[in-house]
Amino acid sequence: MKSCLIVDDSKVIRMVARKILQELDFQTGEAEDGQVALDACRSDMPDAILLDWNMPVMSGIDFLRELRKLPGGAAPIVVFCTTENDISHIQEAMDAGANEYIMKPFDSEIIQAKFSQVGLL
Amino acid sequence: MNPEVFEFLSDLVKTESGLVLTPDKSYLLESRLMPIVRARGMKEMEDLVAAAKSKTDKALINEITEAMTTNESFFFRDTRPFDTFRDASLPFLLDARKQTKLIRIWCAAASSGQEPYSLAMILKEMQAKMAGWRVEIIGTDLSTEILDKAKNGVYTQFEVQRGLPVQLLVKYFEKKEEHWQIKSEIRDMVKYKPLNLLDPFTGMGKFDIVFCRNVLIYFDQPTKTKVLEKIHGLMPNDGVLYLGGAESVLGISDKFRPVPNFRGVYEMASENGGVTYAPPAAGAPAAGVKATA
Repeated sequence: MKSCLIVDDSKVIRMVARKILQELDFQTGEAEDGQVALDACRSDMPDAILLDWNMPVMSGIDFLRELRKLPGGAAPIVVFCTTENDISHIQEAMDAGANEYIMKPFDSEIIQAKFSQVGLL
Repeated sequence: MNPEVFEFLSDLVKTESGLVLTPDKSYLLESRLMPIVRARGMKEMEDLVAAAKSKTDKALINEITEAMTTNESFFFRDTRPFDTFRDASLPFLLDARKQTKLIRIWCAAASSGQEPYSLAMILKEMQAKMAGWRVEIIGTDLSTEILDKAKNGVYTQFEVQRGLPVQLLVKYFEKKEEHWQIKSEIRDMVKYKPLNLLDPFTGMGKFDIVFCRNVLIYFDQPTKTKVLEKIHGLMPNDGVLYLGGAESVLGISDKFRPVPNFRGVYEMASENGGVTYAPPAAGAPAAGVKATA
């Protein structure tokens, strides 16, 4: 079973994503900001990360840069999932090492399509 | 729905477009046609039928037909056919057509353009290999309204997230307020023309590849056979036809036969007909995305 860490400061979003991902047979974990996510990855690197951008303490983009520096940090497939929907944000995310990018609002179909695209499904 | 209303409208749509609507689809008639009823200041479907029966309003007949035949489309729909196009059909044609360096592709149910634009993006990604080649992509559809949408190439945030790798979004689209428009370098690669599949295919020319995906399912058997026969008439011996995931030529047309190892792809069934495709590689990269530098 593949694992996916859901990183978002909104409890509601985390719950919706968790439901969708569990239905897709993922084991899920959650983090409410980039720092919590980084700590979670240090102890147990997930297969996939669904990543919000704007969060307190540490943002998604900063988390991603730190993640890719960690030993084993190149491995997780990182899919951004954010309200930021302009090209410069997307480009910045891809340059920082994101594998895919979902623009909110999302639904189960978009998550499935994007996760299939990156080989997670 | 009043059975007479259903019968009139379904007959009308079938005559105009070949589309078959079974009684269980009456909800679809309601949902697609009530907006027309309201837009014209009418009250109910019966009013629409009365106006259509008068036969003087051709525009109304077209409007009804177009509303019923419009279907949604996605970029790189079902993925695998696009991998096959890139990894099998194109390499085959790059050899088979090296004298003329011309490839003609027809998307026979182009809808809002995602299918022909997906092919165009694949070609653009292969630009180096395609130097000196002319590729004509023709997209046709019954509905002029949907073709206008295809020509503009403007899509919603939802539409550009289904099936389209984000690398291609960034490369080939521009943000226009809350929508995304495919760049003119891609738009310029596709020509759109209205065409009713029930009508003769005069002036179309020959096509090396025909995509006719998810439109035959709406026709009855005799119509499917007729359309496939007409398509066959536009193809050279080594042409190929791509059908939708749930479709097949089996029991419908003996003019085509499946290409071994490639689901959804059909070659000409004649003695001199057919293509030789190298067997599919395992673990090929996602459609449109470059494998290596």
